Amino acid sequence: MKHDSHPLPFWRKYIFSTDHKVIGVQYAVTGLVFLLFGFALMMLMRWQLAYPGKPFPEWIAKMFSDQQMISGIMLPEFYNQLGAMHGTIMIFLGVVPLAVGGFGNYILPLQIGAPDMAFPKLNMMSYWSYFLGGVTMFASFFVPGGAAQSGWTSYPPLADIATVGQTVWLFGMVFLITSSLLGSVNFIVTTVQLRADGMSFFRLPFFVWAQFVTSFLLLLAFPPLEAAAVLQLMDRLAGTSFFLPSGLVVAGKVLERSGGGSPLLWQHLFWFLAHPEVYVLILPAMGIVAEVLACNTRKPIYGYKGMVYSVVFLGFMSFIVWAHHMFLTSMGTVMSSFFQITTMIISIPSVIILTALVLSLWGGSIRFNTPMLFAIAFLPMFGMGGLTGLPLGLAAADIHLHDTYYVIGHFHYVVAPGTIFALFAGIYHWFPKVTGRKMSEFLGKLHFWPSFILMNGIFFPMLLMGLAGVSRRLWDPTQYAHALPTQPLNVLMSFCAWGMALAQVPFILNFFGSIFFGKKVNENPWEATTLEWSAPSPPPHGNFENPPVVYREPYEYSVPGQKHDFWPQGMKEEN
Amino acid sequence: MKYYGWGLPFDASAHGAAIDRLIYVIHIFMAVLFLGWAIFLILSLVKFRARPGHKANYKLNHFKAPTYAEVGVALFEVLLLVGFSFPIVSQVRDQFPSTAEALEVRVVAEQFAWNFHYPGPDGVFGSSDIHLISPANPVGLNPEDPAGQDDVTTINQFRIPVGRPVIAHLSSKDVIHSFAIPVMRVKRDMIPGQVAPIWFEAKHTGNFEIACAQLCGLGHYRMRGFFTVQTQDEFEKWMNGEVQSKLGAAVPPASAPVPAA
Amino acid sequence: MSALIRYISKPHPLTGVTNAKLGTWCFLASEMMLFGGLFSAYVLLRAGSTAWPRGSELLNVPLATLNTLILITSSVTMVMSWASLIMKQEKGTGTSKVPGTFSFYMGSTILLGLAFLVVKAFEYGSKFSHHHFPGTDIFYGIYFTLTGLHGLHVIGGILLNTYFLFPGSRLWQTEPEQFTGRIECAGLYWHFVDLVWIFLFPVLYLL
Repeated sequence: MKHDSHPLPFWRKYIFSTDHKVIGVQYAVTGLVFLLFGFALMMLMRWQLAYPGKPFPEWIAKMFSDQQMISGIMLPEFYNQLGAMHGTIMIFLGVVPLAVGGFGNYILPLQIGAPDMAFPKLNMMSYWSYFLGGVTMFASFFVPGGAAQSGWTSYPPLADIATVGQTVWLFGMVFLITSSLLGSVNFIVTTVQLRADGMSFFRLPFFVWAQFVTSFLLLLAFPPLEAAAVLQLMDRLAGTSFFLPSGLVVAGKVLERSGGGSPLLWQHLFWFLAHPEVYVLILPAMGIVAEVLACNTRKPIYGYKGMVYSVVFLGFMSFIVWAHHMFLTSMGTVMSSFFQITTMIISIPSVIILTALVLSLWGGSIRFNTPMLFAIAFLPMFGMGGLTGLPLGLAAADIHLHDTYYVIGHFHYVVAPGTIFALFAGIYHWFPKVTGRKMSEFLGKLHFWPSFILMNGIFFPMLLMGLAGVSRRLWDPTQYAHALPTQPLNVLMSFCAWGMALAQVPFILNFFGSIFFGKKVNENPWEATTLEWSAPSPPPHGNFENPPVVYREPYEYSVPGQKHDFWPQGMKEEN
Repeated sequence: MKYYGWGLPFDASAHGAAIDRLIYVIHIFMAVLFLGWAIFLILSLVKFRARPGHKANYKLNHFKAPTYAEVGVALFEVLLLVGFSFPIVSQVRDQFPSTAEALEVRVVAEQFAWNFHYPGPDGVFGSSDIHLISPANPVGLNPEDPAGQDDVTTINQFRIPVGRPVIAHLSSKDVIHSFAIPVMRVKRDMIPGQVAPIWFEAKHTGNFEIACAQLCGLGHYRMRGFFTVQTQDEFEKWMNGEVQSKLGAAVPPASAPVPAA
Repeated sequence: MSALIRYISKPHPLTGVTNAKLGTWCFLASEMMLFGGLFSAYVLLRAGSTAWPRGSELLNVPLATLNTLILITSSVTMVMSWASLIMKQEKGTGTSKVPGTFSFYMGSTILLGLAFLVVKAFEYGSKFSHHHFPGTDIFYGIYFTLTGLHGLHVIGGILLNTYFLFPGSRLWQTEPEQFTGRIECAGLYWHFVDLVWIFLFPVLYLL
């Protein structure tokens, strides 16, 4: 196969590149930067929560304007901006771009034996649209009145009457939605059309399945949010009242709008996206964990087919559970029963996948390297996240727990020690493929253990606070008598969060240091079976020397009668 | 008496025990499941760690136990739904007490306060209009309406008698709020443009608090209300006092014009 | 480089479609969800309102009927432009310019699209002159939002078709099959835009 002979100029090769690997790295690095930024916003909030109304240390306070902090004390409106933007950035600019844009782009074509994505130019546009969305979101902190402050859920009428930052947020979302739309079309077409010869659907690594289902969720769930964003933009810019009922009195004055709209309309459109979005956050993580577990237990995944059916079923079900976020609205008992039942049903495939992953350990020969540690930690952490979803999915228990810290604890257990640990596992696992060098095991373990302990120190107390009935999104929880007894937990959580920042230092050092000084390794340092490990590290433009052909299932480890304990998918002869 | 601590707040309501029971049952279930599962995880990690002379087993194990466990989990979820959640939701949301025995009250939320509107001795709410809303008349009561003459309004002060069902008609003037009384196991979103009725009954007297559970703007954190459960006698005494002072104040200026809004 | 990516001009033997066609279908599925979301919003708002005006009393039905005819005609010309490429391709021409029939039909499609926008502009203009704006009431709000978003899709289609009529048509000389595939995809999109209007017309103007 002939390769491109003429070299591309620098800006075509590394900036406006159409190579899926460069785009994947761009996505991953931008996503990591935004994760760090979103984390920094949260650390500011944690000061206010631990010491409500106390001035910040001066070196921090002097970085902020009078609209944000007055004599070092954080203003409630700035706290609300931080809250809304922490959620938005972590989900739409951090985790999804890293999990789908980063890992999906880099790994998926390699794992199916494709030379690139089906539409390389669209792929590039997808990244740059995401980048613009990120810049827009970041810039919104500097508009008059500051960034969006109505929560990442942007419930109207509050969001309709909010300052201009909300408009910027909506435009930012339009860029981000466009980006995931382009990306998901690309992923679906690539997976359907460009699989190597012999790569049947049931020979796909589980990671590819997870990305494939995720793409459908992005493709079909995001447009209703786009519709909602269009309607909210019209409300804010053209004076319509889609989300404004008649007869509102804001700050003592009758709101001069025609009215006739419905605030609940937004919630339906929003959660129709945002529940599948939860699975967009978790499915790629499950995919990564499956890859790392199979490789480091040296045996096939338990119940591969069952997992595939489960993940497809999960994707489908995720479209009909959205209203469990709305149990406390005027929903009738019949509707609430329907959504309680679907919510309980959706827990079953999640349990199947998790059980299959745990059972995969049984009978293996487990190597405890850094990616494996993160992947193992994912299991109980996601388990916590999933289990704590049960009381919230039961409308009766939800009466007490809705909109309390219990909810925050629940979804953070899914996303932070769940998905983000899986993403770390993925970074340590595939780093040698991207750079040709391994990351340091010592620094990796120094990263893992403190992170594991501190993560639980941040999120477990939230569950306790939630049981005590403490509302979320409070600038000063000590205003309430029922929140006072658990206030010491806020101090504990804050120290864990700041400690968590320190725990990331070994990772950052390891990440950048290993690019230059990491141990050089061959193309398959983990002795793994999937196709990406048969390409050179880093893979050249076009990925494979010859178009690969696939002969067997993805996880043929420790096959009896073979000399080696791994039998690559693309290897014709015995191994 | 200490009402708040770690764990669930004090339960002062008639229906709260059922909700608490569900929360306890499900958490015990979760703990058992998680522990059993974590023990299996740790056992696997120790038993199958890589070590010299140990090889992975390619042959797929066919476990029966996890299938039973999953069926068990599914059945337990059905039990939680049918045995606990459905009946509680139906009781709380559908089985309203008769308006004859219950105390009715309107709750109108605004940024960042709670307005309570009692119908007074006649049991009929006076009509209201958003154009009449002013600092002195926070729910926009119509001063011309005879039914409204004995109506009592309070701000951030919610009093109810113990042992008598209360029907609260929740609404909001501006944005979405959520009416939460932790000790009553009551929480309900107040969507502007809608009136949502809820009901509950207190079984303990005491001074408690109301919280806003839905982000409603920069003052969300201080949208705290006082919730007082009194004996029937105390409540009536308070109510009569309020009505008297209102009617008493209203008698002399009955000929004089109503103070400008 | 793109030569390495398979199924750009020839369909995949198992799925029977080219990459571009599958991608277009995926894109249209997501567009369907976008307009589906907006139509659901319409249903919810209308169901929740006390008095919903009859569209035929507020909006100009004859002009909208004219626009419906214009768009349906443009869908026909769009098919004809694709068919003219197919027929030429079957005759087996090498590196010649795009067939004149293609340019004629594609040009007609673009002009009809523009005509649709002009009629729409008259309609909007008369609404504005009667002081009917998106903020007037919820009906005008949804009318302007839905037709406006549809109008943006029409503009997008016109730009796409103009590209294929002029600079994009050079692909015909090197990759006639791929170019025909692209016109087919542009056609799918144009039919979708047409279809959305077929839904919008009765929903807004008649019901």
